Parts: sequence; C-alpha cells; structure tokens
Amino acid sequence: MGQVVAIILSNILISNFILFRFLGLCPFLGVSKQTKSAFSMGLAVIFVMVSSGAITWLAYRFLLIPFQIEYMRTVVFILVIATSVQFIEMVILKTSPALYRALGIYLPLITTNCAVLGVTVLNVQDFFKAGAPVAGSFPLALLQASSAGIGFMFVLLLMSGIRERLELAEVPESLEGLPIAFITASLMGLAFMGFLGLKV
Amino acid sequence: MKRLWPEFTKGIIAENPIFFMVLGLCPALAVSTSVANAIGMGLAATFVLVCSNTIIALVRRWIPDKIRIPCFIVIIATFVTVVEMILKAYAPALDRSLGIFVPLIVVNCIILGRAEAFASKNPVPASIADGLGMGLGFLAALVTIAFFRETLGSGNLMGLSLSHQFEPARVMALAPGALLVVGLLIGGLRWVRSLRSS
Repeated sequence: MGQVVAIILSNILISNFILFRFLGLCPFLGVSKQTKSAFSMGLAVIFVMVSSGAITWLAYRFLLIPFQIEYMRTVVFILVIATSVQFIEMVILKTSPALYRALGIYLPLITTNCAVLGVTVLNVQDFFKAGAPVAGSFPLALLQASSAGIGFMFVLLLMSGIRERLELAEVPESLEGLPIAFITASLMGLAFMGFLGLKV
Repeated sequence: MKRLWPEFTKGIIAENPIFFMVLGLCPALAVSTSVANAIGMGLAATFVLVCSNTIIALVRRWIPDKIRIPCFIVIIATFVTVVEMILKAYAPALDRSLGIFVPLIVVNCIILGRAEAFASKNPVPASIADGLGMGLGFLAALVTIAFFRETLGSGNLMGLSLSHQFEPARVMALAPGALLVVGLLIGGLRWVRSLRSS
C-alpha cells in the first residue's frame, strides 16, 4: 500500500514530470495559453500514457525479453506510441465526434511528447530487475503512467490559468511570450520544491 | 560549397533551435547541469541529426507521404539505439549521467523537425550541412545554458572549482534554475536583436 501512495505522490507532486524531470516541456509551453485547450491536451496525454504504458509493458515482457532483443526498446516503444496515438484518434472519431473536435489537433502532437516515451522507459527501469518483472509490476506500471499523466495535466492547467492572466499584464517587450512563460514556470518549480520535504 | 555554407551557418545563430525556434527543450534543460554533460548530449544529438538527415534525404523519393512521420521516427530511433549502445560501451559514466535522456533523443523535436522541414525536401549534401549546423547550434546553446548553471549552481567549471570566491546557489543546478536561465537568455537575445534592428 505504501508503494502505491509513494508512486502517486511522487509522480504528481514531488518529482512532477514537467517541473522536476523536464519531460513534456514543448506541449507545456505550446498548449498552455488557454485553459480550455490545456484541459483537452491533458486528457489526451493521460489517455495515451496509460494505453501505451500497458502495451509497452506487455511488449517488453512477452516480446523483447524472450527474444533477448532488449536493445530494440526505443524503436519498439516509439512505434507502439505512434500506433496507439493513431488508434486512439480513430476510436475517438468513431465514438465521440465532439471529443474528437476538442482533442483533434493535439492528438498527433502527443507522439513527440517526451513525457509519454519517458514514462514507458521509466517503467522498464523501475519495474524490471535483471530481465524479469518485479512482483505486481503491471498494475504498478499502469499506476505510474496514470499518475504521471495526472501530474502533467495538473501543472498544465495551473500554468494556463497563470498565462491567461499574464496576457493582460505589462511585461518588458523582450520578455513577452515565451521568456516570461519560462520565468513563470521557474517560479512554479520553486514552489513545487516545497513538496520535496514530503516523506512517504 | 558556397551554396552549402549558408545551410550550415543558419542553425548556429540565426535559426538556433533552442533560442530562436524553442525546440528540443527537455534535453536542453535536463542535462545542462554541467558543461561536460551538455557537450555529450550535444554531440550525441548532432550525430543522430546528421545520420537521420542523410538517410531521409537519400530515401525521400520512396517514402509515401501519408506514413512519412512513422518512417522518419523509425529511422531516427535506429540511430538513437546506435548512440545508446556506443555510449554504454565506451562512455558508461556519461551514459549514466544522461540517463533516460539518451533514449529520449528520439522525441527531440529538432530532429523530427529537420527531417520534416528540410531533409525530406532537399538533396543529401544540403541535408548534411543543415543537420551539422543545427546540431552544432543545439550544442552551443546547451553549453551556454550549462555554463551559467554549472558556475552559479555548483561553483565548478568543467570540474574545476571556482567556489572559493562565492557560495554557489544550488537552486541554479535544479529545475527552477534551468527554466530561469533559459527564460532570461531568450529574453536577453531578443533584447540584443531589437537594439540591433532599431
């Protein structure tokens, strides 16, 4: 039980994917101008992270390890992610056109979101020891993927709220846009460092 | 040669991938804690960029338009795997300190961006020049960021200690320091540019 809480807290707050591990910065800065699109992007990322987290765990366990081709990890994982993004795009288009219109343009972008590939590689590092999965690692990998996605969405939403306000603020001309967004993110990172004291 | 030179130089300053196009941020911020790490990551990314640009420029006529992105990614991932194995074999210490960011070179937007915007439309020599220029621009940006973070954050430079003069601010070596340095550098470069043009 302790491990479950530890994974959830560390991925959402303590070592947040964006502010601590530097994963997924491009969409973080690109899609955080409006809260509405940030929300859609966050949902899409959680979706893709959980599904590709599940598929890559299975592929690593039942394909790469038996054939002793663990070094093909990067190639296989990125293909899984690209395919699952395409697949999810088709499923959403069939089942919920409204959601598709909301997520539409953000879905293909997720393939190159390093947070997604990052969580799959981290899962392999954390939950496979000496070529065999540790006990109960499949649900833990899914938990890590979903909490990483939630942490991503959480920070993205906070940032979009701040940036909507920043639009109205008077910022020195050369700092307008991206530079001030970086500085804002830096201050958020400082605030999140407070969670480092959290002991689980 | 004369035609290749501008393709090479544009990536280093005028279209610098980090400071002016703001691509490939995650590795740039994550590994810029020390200048040595920055050089390692910069060289690894340059190698992948030059190789993938070459291969994509060679096969660009045979790649169907609809599935070009997956094709590019597989080509890039192959070279990243090569780099991963080389680093593990010959520079295990560097491999450990770059950690997860070695496999993540695959999703560095600079590399896919150059494949899509340049190598898939241009012949091989120009694509090599473009890849080399963009790679070195990435390297230069990384070293600049790392220079500030290493001196201010840990009081060292390439392993030499400078900290007997001042107390290093450890926050510069951590995530917030990285974001602050990049924000101020981009802002500063824009300011210099606006001074020049006015």
